[in-house]
Amino acid sequence: MSHLLEVDNLKVHFLLDEGTVRAVDGVSFAVDKGKSLGIVGESGSGKSVIGQSILRIVPQPGKIVDGKILLAKANGNGDSELIDLVQVPPHSRVMRAIRGRDVAMIFQEPMNSFSPLHTIGSQIIEALRLHSDVSPSEAREQAVEILAKVGIPRPQYLVDAYPHQLSGGMRQRAMIAMALICRPRILIADEPTTALDVTIQAQILDLLKQLQQEFGMSILFISHNLGVIADISDDVLVVYFGRVMERAPVDVLFKEPAHPYTKALLRSVPGIDTPVRTPLATIEGTLPNPLVEIPGCPFFGRCHECGGDSVCRDQPYELTQIDERHYVACPRICIRT
Amino acid sequence: MLAYVVRRLLIMIPTLIAISMISFAIIQLPPGDFLTTYVAQLSVSGEAVDEAELDSLKNRFGLDKPIYEQYVLWAWNFLHGDFGHSFEWNKPVATLVGERLPLTILISVCTIIFTWLVALPIGIYSAVRQYSWVDYVLTLIGFIGLATPNFLFALVLLWFSYAYLGMSIGGLFSPEFADAPWTAAKFLDMLKHLWIPVVIVGTGHTAKFIRIIRGNLLDELRKPYVVTARAKGLSETKLILKYPVRVAINPLVSTIGWTLPELVSGIAITAIVLNLPTSGPLLLGALMSQDMHLAGSFLMLLSMLTVVGTLLSDILLAWVDPRIRFGTREGV
Amino acid sequence: MKTDPQKEERYLNASTRQLVWWAYKKHFLAMVGLIAICGLYFSAIFCEFLAPYDKDTRHFEHVYAPPSKIRVIDHEGRWRWPFVFGTVMDIDMETQAIRYVECPDIVHPIELWVRGDTYYFWGLWRTNIHLFGVPKPGKIFLFGTDRMGRDMFSRCLYGSRISLSIGMLGVMLSLGLGLLFGGISGYFGGISDGIIQRVIEIIRCFPSIPLWMGLSAAMPPHWPSLKVYFVITLIISLIGWTDLARMVRGKLMALREEEFVLAARFAGAGHFRIIFRHLLPSFTSHIIVTVTLAIPSMILAETALSFLGIGLRPPITSLGVLLKEAQNVTTIALYPWLLIPVAFVIATVLAFNFVGDGLRDAVDPYSR
Repeated sequence: MSHLLEVDNLKVHFLLDEGTVRAVDGVSFAVDKGKSLGIVGESGSGKSVIGQSILRIVPQPGKIVDGKILLAKANGNGDSELIDLVQVPPHSRVMRAIRGRDVAMIFQEPMNSFSPLHTIGSQIIEALRLHSDVSPSEAREQAVEILAKVGIPRPQYLVDAYPHQLSGGMRQRAMIAMALICRPRILIADEPTTALDVTIQAQILDLLKQLQQEFGMSILFISHNLGVIADISDDVLVVYFGRVMERAPVDVLFKEPAHPYTKALLRSVPGIDTPVRTPLATIEGTLPNPLVEIPGCPFFGRCHECGGDSVCRDQPYELTQIDERHYVACPRICIRT
Repeated sequence: MLAYVVRRLLIMIPTLIAISMISFAIIQLPPGDFLTTYVAQLSVSGEAVDEAELDSLKNRFGLDKPIYEQYVLWAWNFLHGDFGHSFEWNKPVATLVGERLPLTILISVCTIIFTWLVALPIGIYSAVRQYSWVDYVLTLIGFIGLATPNFLFALVLLWFSYAYLGMSIGGLFSPEFADAPWTAAKFLDMLKHLWIPVVIVGTGHTAKFIRIIRGNLLDELRKPYVVTARAKGLSETKLILKYPVRVAINPLVSTIGWTLPELVSGIAITAIVLNLPTSGPLLLGALMSQDMHLAGSFLMLLSMLTVVGTLLSDILLAWVDPRIRFGTREGV
Repeated sequence: MKTDPQKEERYLNASTRQLVWWAYKKHFLAMVGLIAICGLYFSAIFCEFLAPYDKDTRHFEHVYAPPSKIRVIDHEGRWRWPFVFGTVMDIDMETQAIRYVECPDIVHPIELWVRGDTYYFWGLWRTNIHLFGVPKPGKIFLFGTDRMGRDMFSRCLYGSRISLSIGMLGVMLSLGLGLLFGGISGYFGGISDGIIQRVIEIIRCFPSIPLWMGLSAAMPPHWPSLKVYFVITLIISLIGWTDLARMVRGKLMALREEEFVLAARFAGAGHFRIIFRHLLPSFTSHIIVTVTLAIPSMILAETALSFLGIGLRPPITSLGVLLKEAQNVTTIALYPWLLIPVAFVIATVLAFNFVGDGLRDAVDPYSR
């Protein structure tokens, strides 16, 4: 079965005065139709850059230096053709046609993600009219419709509201509306709930799941919050230091994690049945220096299971399959196997 | 919005009163009054002074009354459009003002338009192509424009065009149109001369503007809504012009009013160098000879220009920025 | 690429001042500006020594002389120590302009540490040593002479001393007023803020040049020059304080809600202590930047007023006074070196702007 989106050995480097930062260093994964892939990692792991690379909006001085991003793009005849997004120039008409129509993205800060000087209606309508030839009145109708779908009350009035007149949760819903109005096949959600309070978070997640069902779209959900990832994903990708550490279906990952990093992450989340006054578990140490190239495992030095084995630090290794749809990138496991 | 406008109008009133008092006070500062200067002038030129004439002049202009009475008299007349009588020119001030003030306003407005037309594209380009060599060159030119005071620029320009181009660029009209009645041809002639003071006074402001726009735009370009627009599929040029530029310009709209005093100032001094028939040279002369009504009225009118200008630009800002217009949240 | 651990150590331990200096050094233009300003102030302080002549010395036989050409090759093609040729006055019959013809056989070598006009160094020592000059009867006019035969180079040096000092003094006054009123307005708020804000608005409504004209025309013409100097400085700073006051007010209003102020209040600190010990230091750097950027406007203001004839008057010589004598277009066309003070003014203003900009970038860690 062919995938809707397939990322193969993606490498994105940032060329700074001080040196080169390998923000994404050989990431591979696939997304299937109607499924959700959660990408989880700590701050600085490169997970947002992955999302930005797909839409080719990686900020300067970032550059995709290697890899493929294969999108099954719908052409007019009801069929799909495979297109490598890395080869498409970022400002070209082809790429601009894909953005918003085949692949859409929602972001972390709904507060600042709308232009303060234009109504949300006009910004949503713009998203529609960029990709289809509808009349202004027809576009407005569709905008009201989708605002209703995302749960905004009195949409026929609020379509003419300015962003500062809406609450944070409403703005995030409006942003989802703007992303989905063209019925994209893939929605990339970059930390959409991080800036919202917990109750609104739950509402937004439910909304996303509901819309996913209704539109049959795939979601690429990027977050550092394990709870949110567990809620919404079908499969999970664990990213550390720009590399994939583990990839598995969601229940497999949470029940039988294979990578020491995944295990450490799960350990650090306090559970509802953790005894009172247990000190919170942490992962000691910090990220390695991003300017220095590490041939082996980047988690070396913080890992509880390697025992200072220099094989982990120096030897390159590959993502290895250890079970059906369960992949791990750990030198101890990979090299042994 | 209406409440906002009404409030601003109400605040304007005490401001205007204070301005009128200060204007009047400044005129009174030099020791003596017009009559003493007049007498001094007469004695220097060897003419005799007629007591009766002096007395009648004193009466006519109320110079023998106490200060506050003079002020009230002046202010009252001013409100009724009677700006008094110029001692020096022996004409009603209103006539003199009518000849000069419109020109000052015209040059000010043209300069504002010039500044915006030039500074906006350069500022936008500078911000978008930051650190390119074009950016550096433009910044440098901008700095030099900032550093060169108007009148020096005018002086150098005068010298250059005279010495190397054989042209004399002073004055606002060619000799044949100077005293002629207004026709289309005269208007055209004026336009040909107008661009010189506009460019001279505008350069300094343009330089400042460019830097502000560049700074504002650089801040806005980093904001999330720019990324959202890009992710929708908008082309770079379109999205920059439609979104961050609009937001970056907003704070500048309200400053239009406040640039008026500087503009008038710059025009005044440039006019003295270039010998233009605007209010500046007339005001200078009036101050030197203590021509009270003329000087006071001019000071008052020029300041009023600013007050009205700031009101208009504040209203413009409120109209253009929905965050000010619709201050309250609907709160869902 | 490895980061040097020693350098990193120094960076982490550096004081604020050092950090600012290091960031400042990176700006090319800002460093150029700093060097230029040091040079300008140095020449202002030592102008009597640096100038070959006194500012008022008239050279009757060298009226409207063009800038002297410094040569190293004489008319026989030989290399010599730098010198100037002697010149003789001539009048161009067509234009009635004064011209000077060089005499190739009269050579005046340039000497260092020359004895020339007598002066009082800062009013204390009496001496007559100048940095450079030519022995009598030779003359050296690096910037030419004016209509009274006075050396323009010397006059420019003396002139920039006056202009620069007015800039500094005026800014000090403005700073004082700005801190006082901005401080009260920003810190106490309420009615005092309302009143001070209205006053500032009213002052800002007046176009500055007409306002200065008015205040300055009030000065009787017979006043002694020193009095005029101080009054002009006062007038200029009276208008300039409004910008500083608004800046101070803005900063104070933002800062007084910060928690460290609350903490100080609860610890029992009085208002005075809070303002000076806690609030002011947090935006000293902004004050320095604003002051640096305000100096050029003071200098320009004085130049404008003196140029119009309602500012400083001879015998006080400022750059503006020098430029007043360059008002006539026909004169400048014939003797363009009279415009050289313009370059001094522009250079000074540019230098201060570069320094101010560089300071602003160096001091704000978020600006890059």
